[in-house]
Amino acid sequence: MSMTATAGRAHADPHHIGLVIEHPGPAPKRIVTAYGFWIFLLSDIVMFSCFFAAYAVLADQTAGGPKGSEIFDQRNVAIETVCLLLSSFTCGMASIAADVRNRFWFYLGMAVTCLLGLIFLVIEFREFADLVARGYGPSRSAFLTSFFSLVGCHGLHVSAGILWLLTMMAQVFAKGFRADVLRRMMCFALFWHALDIVWVGVFSVVYLLGSGV
Amino acid sequence: MLGKLDWSAIPFDQPIPLIAGAVVLVGILAVLAWVVVKGHLPYLWHEWITSVDHKRIGVMYILLASVMLLRGGSDAIMMRIQQAVAYQSQGYLPPEHYNQIFSAHGTIMIFFVAMPFVIGLMNLIVPLQLGVRDVAFPTLNSVGFWLTATGALLVNLSLVIGEFARTGWLAFPPLSELSYSPGVGVDYYAWSLQISGVGTLVAGINLVTTVLKLRTKGMNYLRMPMFCWTTLASNLLIVAAFPILTATLAMLLLDRYLGFHFFTNEAGGNVMMFMNLIWAWGHPEVYILVLPAFGIFSEVVSTFSGKALFGYRSMVLATMAICIISFMVWLHHFFTMGAGPDVNAIFGIASMIIAIPTGVKIYNWLFTMYGGRIRFETPMLWSIGFMVTFIIGGLTGVLVAVPPADFVLHNSMFLVAHFHNVIIGGVLFGAFAGFEYWFPKAFGFRLDDRWGKAAFWFTFLGFYVTFIPLYVAGMLGMTRRMQHYDVAAWRPWMLVAAVGMAVLTVGVICQIVQIVVSIRNREALRDRTGDPWDGRSLEWATSSPPPVFNFAFNPDVRGEDAYWDLKAHAKQQSLDHDAPEYHDIEMPRNSPTGFVCAFFATVMGFALIWHIWWMVILGGIGAFATFVVFAWRDHDEYVIPADEVAAIDRVNLEERRNLVSMAGTI
Repeated sequence: MSMTATAGRAHADPHHIGLVIEHPGPAPKRIVTAYGFWIFLLSDIVMFSCFFAAYAVLADQTAGGPKGSEIFDQRNVAIETVCLLLSSFTCGMASIAADVRNRFWFYLGMAVTCLLGLIFLVIEFREFADLVARGYGPSRSAFLTSFFSLVGCHGLHVSAGILWLLTMMAQVFAKGFRADVLRRMMCFALFWHALDIVWVGVFSVVYLLGSGV
Repeated sequence: MLGKLDWSAIPFDQPIPLIAGAVVLVGILAVLAWVVVKGHLPYLWHEWITSVDHKRIGVMYILLASVMLLRGGSDAIMMRIQQAVAYQSQGYLPPEHYNQIFSAHGTIMIFFVAMPFVIGLMNLIVPLQLGVRDVAFPTLNSVGFWLTATGALLVNLSLVIGEFARTGWLAFPPLSELSYSPGVGVDYYAWSLQISGVGTLVAGINLVTTVLKLRTKGMNYLRMPMFCWTTLASNLLIVAAFPILTATLAMLLLDRYLGFHFFTNEAGGNVMMFMNLIWAWGHPEVYILVLPAFGIFSEVVSTFSGKALFGYRSMVLATMAICIISFMVWLHHFFTMGAGPDVNAIFGIASMIIAIPTGVKIYNWLFTMYGGRIRFETPMLWSIGFMVTFIIGGLTGVLVAVPPADFVLHNSMFLVAHFHNVIIGGVLFGAFAGFEYWFPKAFGFRLDDRWGKAAFWFTFLGFYVTFIPLYVAGMLGMTRRMQHYDVAAWRPWMLVAAVGMAVLTVGVICQIVQIVVSIRNREALRDRTGDPWDGRSLEWATSSPPPVFNFAFNPDVRGEDAYWDLKAHAKQQSLDHDAPEYHDIEMPRNSPTGFVCAFFATVMGFALIWHIWWMVILGGIGAFATFVVFAWRDHDEYVIPADEVAAIDRVNLEERRNLVSMAGTI
């Protein structure tokens, strides 16, 4: 078997001028992990898009209950959005700190991210609790069903993210910036940023479009 | 304390499930006792249950599929007998039991037979064909398998504890809503699919990443074997489609558990949204199953024709075209539900267009055979049988893709015949072809040829005798899912179909006998060369069964048909290259993570079905704790020293030299 390295046709094409580019072999672990996680995120976004689609279909089915414009509180949503966008920034700072192996800034960045995430969740929870208390729970109408599900699904993701965030802090505390911990940190950061993107969708489709009506 | 669970959940009044359950329980206990008494438990635990080796996981997937095939097959036999005897009578099955049987049959055959079978084969072979040591995420792979097993377990539990859905295999609302299905049947259905669906998604992510990022040196995209291409297409579909299933079932569960209104009749819910969502997953699902089978046929036809695959690039293009178009046809599942002529026409045409790339594939296989030196080994028989059967199924598919024709044939036995025609003739034949073809690779010995051929012929003929009559019955106006009927014209066809079912059963028995006989004669059937069929791709370049690390060093690929190329060079140079330099190999460590996770998932799923809330919380905490413990491991890899690699590889090379020198003399 000619498995030994051989000279000949197997050359890379450094200048990209149309020669056959030989595949160099398996990618390093960091690339593989990030790539796999990206694919997971895409699948997660497909799941979100189902809830978006359901919301689009059911948004007008209020069954005599309230419309979006009657229950959405712009001020709340603005604060939520600012918190989440800021948390993405601090999460980015934590990632950079992890890359340069700076524990202090890593912990600080993660702690602020966690705090902002929690504030976001508390505001969302209060919004939900308030609606339920006024009799506008998810079983009131198909519109409210789809609203609670879409926003709640994002909220669940944020909650899981915070659980993961705390686990990451504990891992760095216990094991330091080991290669596998750094790979997980990279996945967590991707996850957190993706939640931001989904929130921009929720913000636009649910709150902005819904309030205008 | 135990939610809805009490003694009334056990069907004491129904002898069939009770006896079946008892037999299965005794069987399981007997096997467990045998395992423990013989002292095989440590072996099973270390070598299989906690294994993260893609080959072992692949074998376990296939084993699960085989066991579930018997369960789903029993359901099929019961239905055929019922329809054969239920002319102007109630038959031997009570209606609610019959409804559970057809729902369970569909659910099991798609989710717990076809899916694990193809995923198992992909797991087993794709890393070998790519010339790499493992899949991208070995431990996750194990988690995926065990979650699939959890789903299967829950479905089987429903046989004895409670009931299964009576809604058909896709649980359409409003029938599946709480008001019409107050029992736990739909919950069993939804939770087992939810859990196994996560497993499938994990497998999909894993295999996509493996194909895209882990190919060996020189393995460009256009040098990958066809099976790798179809694996890529199929798993891209999994990643894109299974989240839709997850979301849809989540919505149904929210409706049932918390009084939401996604699909209810009241408060603005929209039933048609369920149809759209479920088929947006369900139609790609068909191609998730059949694309890998197409890949298997490509490998088999090319190997047993002794030729490179004809039109390789057009095959790749056809595969990816099917991958994309399959997402644009879902609406043909409800032409009759009032979408209007324009929408129907567009989706009808889109559906028919899929026949074009599929036709390209069929012609490519035919041209591969043309002028080849064909060997009619068992895998080749399955492939040729497939081509005939699948063309019939495909043509009837084009027929029902015509909206006006569909208005006549919708929900008739014609439809039942059509999709069994493509799923059995396509997916199952492909799975069997792959099973026969790659069995020697997985276990180091061939399967008995004569029993294999008998199994093929009985299955092949049994298939036609069973399903051609169903086409006729459908033409005569018989609708599907009938518990009993009064139309004399249908009767003879139902009787013939029942006879066909008996023939099919003989085919299955032949296959079981084949395995038993082959294991008994394994010394005579031993494959020492690693290349029993004179194969063309890299899985044949290593020993059978392959060492845990697959390849002593990463193969260097120079063209299509990588291993064929190597063999041709080796014959010229008679394998006298310098002794290669071996290196230490790092392999992932075994891990019980998958098994433990699945244990908690089972607890949680069962508790959710029966509304035992404290147990749900317990299961959830357990699953999370498992992940954290797994994340806390310090050493997730072990090293196989270069000496050991060299020792293993030398044996392999020696056998291979003999093979090449023998081949040279022929």
